[in-house]
Amino acid sequence: MQKEILFSLQNAAVHYGGVKALQDVTVRVEEGEIVALMGPNGAGKSTVLKTIFGLVQPVRGNVLWHGQKIHPKPYEMAGRGISYVPQGRQVFKNLTVYENLELGGYALAARNDLKGNIESALRLFPALQGKLREKAASLSGGQQQMLTIARGLVSDPKVLLLDEPSLGLAPKIVKEVFEKIREIHEQRKIAVVIIEHSIKSVLAIAQRVYVLAEGKIAFDGTPDTLKSDTLERIFLGQNAR
Amino acid sequence: MEYFVHIGILICVYGMVALSLNLVVGETGMISVAQAAFSGIGAYVTALLLLALGINFFLAVILSMLAAGAIAFLVGAIFTRLQEVYYVFGTVGFNVILYTVLLNWNSVTRGPLGIPGIPRPELFGFIFSDNHMFLGLALASLAAIYGLCTFIKNSSFGRVLHAIREDEEATSVFGYATHHYKLAVFTIAAMFTAYASGLYATYISYIDPSTFALPESIFILAMIILGGLSSTRGAVLGAFLLVILPEALRFVGFPSDIAAQMRQMTYGLVLVLLMLYRPQGILGKFRI
Repeated sequence: MQKEILFSLQNAAVHYGGVKALQDVTVRVEEGEIVALMGPNGAGKSTVLKTIFGLVQPVRGNVLWHGQKIHPKPYEMAGRGISYVPQGRQVFKNLTVYENLELGGYALAARNDLKGNIESALRLFPALQGKLREKAASLSGGQQQMLTIARGLVSDPKVLLLDEPSLGLAPKIVKEVFEKIREIHEQRKIAVVIIEHSIKSVLAIAQRVYVLAEGKIAFDGTPDTLKSDTLERIFLGQNAR
Repeated sequence: MEYFVHIGILICVYGMVALSLNLVVGETGMISVAQAAFSGIGAYVTALLLLALGINFFLAVILSMLAAGAIAFLVGAIFTRLQEVYYVFGTVGFNVILYTVLLNWNSVTRGPLGIPGIPRPELFGFIFSDNHMFLGLALASLAAIYGLCTFIKNSSFGRVLHAIREDEEATSVFGYATHHYKLAVFTIAAMFTAYASGLYATYISYIDPSTFALPESIFILAMIILGGLSSTRGAVLGAFLLVILPEALRFVGFPSDIAAQMRQMTYGLVLVLLMLYRPQGILGKFRI
């Protein structure tokens, strides 16, 4: 049985001044699946997520939410159940770990759920438990990334958008982050859209893959149908394994 | 003694204005250079209501707070969508416009002649005509504004302001309509400032547009940077130091013919040195 399409970006074009960041890009995400967005630097991966979330306005194309056309605005998307974890470990450095987590719960319909949701997010990231009163700036890079993901979960989202969660992390920590993403997906059955350069890690957890090149979709399929020579061609000779 | 009471009242008034501006600049990260404009609205509306209608000071000052709040809400609706330097210049422009209006709307403000004879506050028949009593009122007002600013800073609303200061885009992705928060704090700060300036108008009994010109806004901004951004204690300390410093320099013994200029230069030098060696201010943790 086919799952329901949660949201889709249809025939989107995004321009940054004279630069065509996206051209006729269509991406769909179904309930409870993990979708990987891959491609070389500047391919338009982050722009796809930003367009879905309303941080960038397309010059053409639509965003559909449960089949309905919407005009996404960032502060409304959280209320729809989409949680966006931007790249670069964007924690609020001068706020405590707990305050960071609290901020993630704004979109909750029932404010009483906040404490329980924070505890639930912390169970996935026990390393943060003992650091709740510490400033986020004092956390290591890996812990800050865990905090951004945990914060994204506090609103109990239906979809988690992750923009390069392994960026700048040591290989051991990258492995840990991907284990957590798999755990989140298995426990909560939420859809995850993930942008990632660590090809091996992301293909191990993704159910569908989009590969972008120069602002266009170059591949759309399952990980097992994605051939290594396709990746090498798209990544312009970079080692894909 | 009267001299120290006078300085004490000025510290309280500037302390309240600095606390208000700290909500916008220190807590939220919006560099506003328009606080003198809201100060002008508060002082003129209070003075005009007292003189024209003869109503009680506390009613007049509440109405002046509402007037300043309404104007802040209207201009803030535009400014809070501007980013960084555009926001700064927007607020500068507003201060210049307000000053020009005060200077040229002769039928209401009496232009450069100003408004004299503003009566002292009265509460249950008691008139704060004695400066010592007025200092008590100013201190109580400062304590109240200090308490309100501390409450805002430590509230969940304040936490969102801090998040906006650190990264507005990242804050908006959690569902916060950040421009609503920025507009709210801008309006609150204008209302607190209007209260302080209404009190000032009744103390000094005379106001004219020069008190609310752009240099005054820069002076207030310097107070919170000196004291330390995002520090309520720092805002009051900054007000204390910048009111005291020019007064203290009177006693340095500069030759009388250049004393005024030397005081200005020394005062400027102290600010430059502070920015070089402690840009986050005395009690602050953040830089602009």
